[in-house]
Amino acid sequence: MSVTSRDLEKMALLARLEITETDLPDVTERFSRVLSLVNELNTIDTDGVIPMSNPHDMEQRLREDSIAHPSDREALMASAPAQQDGYFLVPKVID
Amino acid sequence: MSWEIVMGLEVHLQLATQSKIFSGSATQFGAAPNQQADAVDLGMPGMLPVLNEEAVRHAVKFGLGIGARIGKRSVFDRKNYFYPDLPKGYQVSQFFSPIVCEGVFDVPLEDGSLYPIRITRAHLEEDAGKSVHDIFGHETGIDLNRAGTPLLEIVTEPDFRSAEQAVAYLKALHSLVTYLGISDGNMAEGSMRCDINISLREKGSDELGTRTEIKNVNSFRFVERAIHYEYERQADILDGGGCITQETRLYDAEQNTTRSMRSKEVANDYRYFPEPDLLPIVIDDSYIDTVRQNLPELPAAKRARFLAEYGLTEYDTNLLVPNHAIADYFEAVAESSGAPKLAANWILGDLSAALNRSELSIEANPISAELLAGLVSRINDGTLSSKLAKQVFEALWNEEGDTDEIIAARGLKQVSDSGALEYMVDDVIANNPDQVAQYIAADDAKRKKLSGFFVGQIMKASKGQANPQMLNELLLKKLEDQS
Repeated sequence: MSVTSRDLEKMALLARLEITETDLPDVTERFSRVLSLVNELNTIDTDGVIPMSNPHDMEQRLREDSIAHPSDREALMASAPAQQDGYFLVPKVID
Repeated sequence: MSWEIVMGLEVHLQLATQSKIFSGSATQFGAAPNQQADAVDLGMPGMLPVLNEEAVRHAVKFGLGIGARIGKRSVFDRKNYFYPDLPKGYQVSQFFSPIVCEGVFDVPLEDGSLYPIRITRAHLEEDAGKSVHDIFGHETGIDLNRAGTPLLEIVTEPDFRSAEQAVAYLKALHSLVTYLGISDGNMAEGSMRCDINISLREKGSDELGTRTEIKNVNSFRFVERAIHYEYERQADILDGGGCITQETRLYDAEQNTTRSMRSKEVANDYRYFPEPDLLPIVIDDSYIDTVRQNLPELPAAKRARFLAEYGLTEYDTNLLVPNHAIADYFEAVAESSGAPKLAANWILGDLSAALNRSELSIEANPISAELLAGLVSRINDGTLSSKLAKQVFEALWNEEGDTDEIIAARGLKQVSDSGALEYMVDDVIANNPDQVAQYIAADDAKRKKLSGFFVGQIMKASKGQANPQMLNELLLKKLEDQS
């Protein structure tokens, strides 16, 4: 299975990864090899096999709907690089 | 060219829970920024989600409420995208195996008919946080209080052919979910937000055209306007020989336009995969039965019962049923007064008008059901004419006591004593010989008009307290005797 440099650029954008022009051909090549390896799984007959959504053969346990703890905003926000009036601040994003 | 509009709706419904879907933070609206966001909501490393049982129960209630198939084994998936108000870099949602599968929702239209809408699915997911773009100059503020609020996303098939149908569906859905108690339905606070998928095709064609998606419309009125605007926009492009670009658009309520949200297009690839931090939700038949047994009476059943049990009109029923609180209020007044039709008239007439004037909801109504029932009873037993009843209603509204106290205090009792009425009629006939002569000379049509003069005189003399029906009968008989 082979991917093009364009495929890889799109994936890098979606994953917010930076791949330089110089690295692109090499990374594309290695990425293709990994995909080919994984692609071998497609040769296995999986008819009638229920897709596995989790390796643990268990059901989800549910918790009671109650408020568990008081807010600890100060501690949680202490590591934020920028904040004001209780908001986290990030570089301006607008649609 | 004549175009047919084709639409499907996606509604994001905020579920009424105390705590978030995967954490113990509170969900209450209006808290100070980031006051209700814990380490799970902030996506801190190593934090694990634990699913809220109430969110699951609400989803199952909804499924049963529309007679949908419940997904016995539903699975959470990660929807991957980057945005600052989504700290984990993915939203936990359900893509491949939703908790509510296909169903049909019958939407009552204004003419009383039912319009069936196919529900594709409804799935559980977490809400994102809120970005504030306009108060921090060159930066965006992030408030994660809403992050992790449980949502049910309800998706329909492309079954809508008009804005009116879409709005009727949303209103019926709003009514259903508030009856079920699974959402507060507060649209102004974002508890119900709607995405509209909309395309046009030539009338008679059965192929679908290219669609656009209008995001996050949060009122019935805006939904209607956004659809009308987008219809015109697409029709203009198609009439001019152009093509519709498949894209996401935003409705701008101030300008009444929709505009493209181009930035989202680049990243429109969510790479869903099963959420490894959560196990499948398994729902068995006994759980479903228990939820089913505890469902309240739903709008459709209540509508049918109001028609049959109280003999109301289709029109009255459609106005009384959608709001649970109004339906309950009506029922209390009807039961206690024994006069359901009168009760409906007063609730939909004077009471609604008064509430609107004062911008009050039914919950803030100063007239309790018991008080209004007292008024309705006194109209029903003939103590009050409708004219006097209006005075009593005003007094009830101003909290001057109950109906009997107001009647006593103001001396408002309707005169239904035939002796007293006869005296008044005789008096007015004796004092107005000219009008009596005119009446006798007139034909039937004219007589009807002329009798109004005598009624007016007597009402004036009795300060509005004469029983109008008895007065009319007596007056006509007496005038007849004169001729």
